[in-house]
Amino acid sequence: MNGKTEFLIAGDRALIIKFGDTIDSETNNCIRSFCSLLERKRIEGIIEVVPTFNSLSVYYNPCVIKGEKLIKKLSSLLKKNGNNSQGGGTTYIIPVLYGGEWGEDLNDVAAHANLTAEEVVKIHSSTDYLIYMLGFLPGFAYLGGLDKRIVTPRLDTPRTKIHAGAVGIGGEQTGIYPLASPGGWRLIGTTPVKIYDADRVEPILYKAGDKIRFESVTEKEFEIIKKQVEDNTYTVKTVKGER
Amino acid sequence: MSIKITSGGMLSTIQDTGRTGAQSTGFSVSGVMDRDAYREANHLVGNINGEAVIEMTYNGICAEFLCDTVIAFTGGDFAPTINGLSVPCYHSVAVKRGDILKMGMTNDSMRCYMAVRGGFDVPVVMGSRSTNMKIKTGGFEGRKLRTGDIIPIGKGITNSIKDRALPKPEYNNEIRVILGPQDNYFTKKGIDTFLSCEYTVSDKSDRMGYRFSGAEIENNGTDIISDGIAEGSIQVSSNGQPIIMMADRQTTGGYAKIATVISVDIPKLAQKKPGEKVKFTAVSLKEAQKEYIKKEKYYRTLFLED
Repeated sequence: MNGKTEFLIAGDRALIIKFGDTIDSETNNCIRSFCSLLERKRIEGIIEVVPTFNSLSVYYNPCVIKGEKLIKKLSSLLKKNGNNSQGGGTTYIIPVLYGGEWGEDLNDVAAHANLTAEEVVKIHSSTDYLIYMLGFLPGFAYLGGLDKRIVTPRLDTPRTKIHAGAVGIGGEQTGIYPLASPGGWRLIGTTPVKIYDADRVEPILYKAGDKIRFESVTEKEFEIIKKQVEDNTYTVKTVKGER
Repeated sequence: MSIKITSGGMLSTIQDTGRTGAQSTGFSVSGVMDRDAYREANHLVGNINGEAVIEMTYNGICAEFLCDTVIAFTGGDFAPTINGLSVPCYHSVAVKRGDILKMGMTNDSMRCYMAVRGGFDVPVVMGSRSTNMKIKTGGFEGRKLRTGDIIPIGKGITNSIKDRALPKPEYNNEIRVILGPQDNYFTKKGIDTFLSCEYTVSDKSDRMGYRFSGAEIENNGTDIISDGIAEGSIQVSSNGQPIIMMADRQTTGGYAKIATVISVDIPKLAQKKPGEKVKFTAVSLKEAQKEYIKKEKYYRTLFLED
């Protein structure tokens, strides 16, 4: 670790390990590496861990392990783990139909960026976005890496309902609405892929540390994939590591 | 084996201990607000495995039993009657097929729990029967109960009923907290204010959070890089008022948390009604965990077979 690791007390059943003061992929990578170490070590009493941008929340049962002892255990593991970083996660290729009724703000985003809609699509779909953390809604991924050229402020008045699968830009962030929800992001497209499916073995498609690559599809392709998703015959394409 | 709801009341949902293990994917925990009353209700009907119950808010349900069974009410006294005769809370109650349950408004605290022998048998979603209303999943069709709902009663593992009555807890207005995880975002004056003034429960409180009004808590800005939110986390809004994150809280959030309510005081808080006052006092982690272990031991003994 970089020596800045800090333990915060979040009540009598949770600790927060803070790994740094900034949002950057290196810090986030350290957290992910430590997460997988904890998964392997299976410390008795830990109920679940939640990785976020620059910290890791550890929920535990004090009847099994008390706070002080857990801090000692985690500190020594942190020392051992050193600056270990995790190998690349999985990159999920998310098909997106950009623009039109499925991405009604695409032209506004283009106008704001002084680009054509096609250029916005090209820029948006040519980055592998790191999933820093999940939160807000099941499967809602906080992604890093949006190209500065297409940064667009949120809507002045949020929409009361955004459909599941909507892909949007909100300030310096981009992402997918996994479920229908209110929201203020500019909608540039829609994916037919189910990010959240309670009936799947892993209800959420991806986890923190994985990456998302958006792939522009035609309306025809969109309809085909949509049908396959409904029939449970569609498998999301993945690649290991970077492009 | 089921019960037919003839009035759902203001906000009645199926809950158990919640959906743990999926917070890293953004799934809220949900679950009962008052875990003590929940366990006691289950105990009074002989359920030993954390079965799902109905959590009612401020006023109760009306229902018809479509089978013989045993029920119990804990938490707030919502004046339950069976076929017009009043029945006691914190007590096992045998009911017959065709019996009519009527309940009214609370006589004391905010939430009432009704357990049924065998538990309410709604589908288990990701390890829990708890209702998550925000994403419309779990519980009974992912929503609050309403007229006409027929809720199946399960065949959960039951013991012979050991206690037919339990004492009802008496609550004062002291809510104990552990300072942190971000108390350093607040001035000394702000922390003193928080720990010395009374705060009034706002009528905007819900299962997600308890909101308060009272003296403004001085801070140096309360925006942080989003991190995990534990049950009982006390965020402070931009106008300096505390918000305590409860069962339906989001998994992560970007407000500094001045303190966290200790686990054993969550049920007390969950029973406060809008307009009631609380006072926060700080305790150490050690003390809080000692209290927690003591309480868990008590419940383990309660559920032990004779």
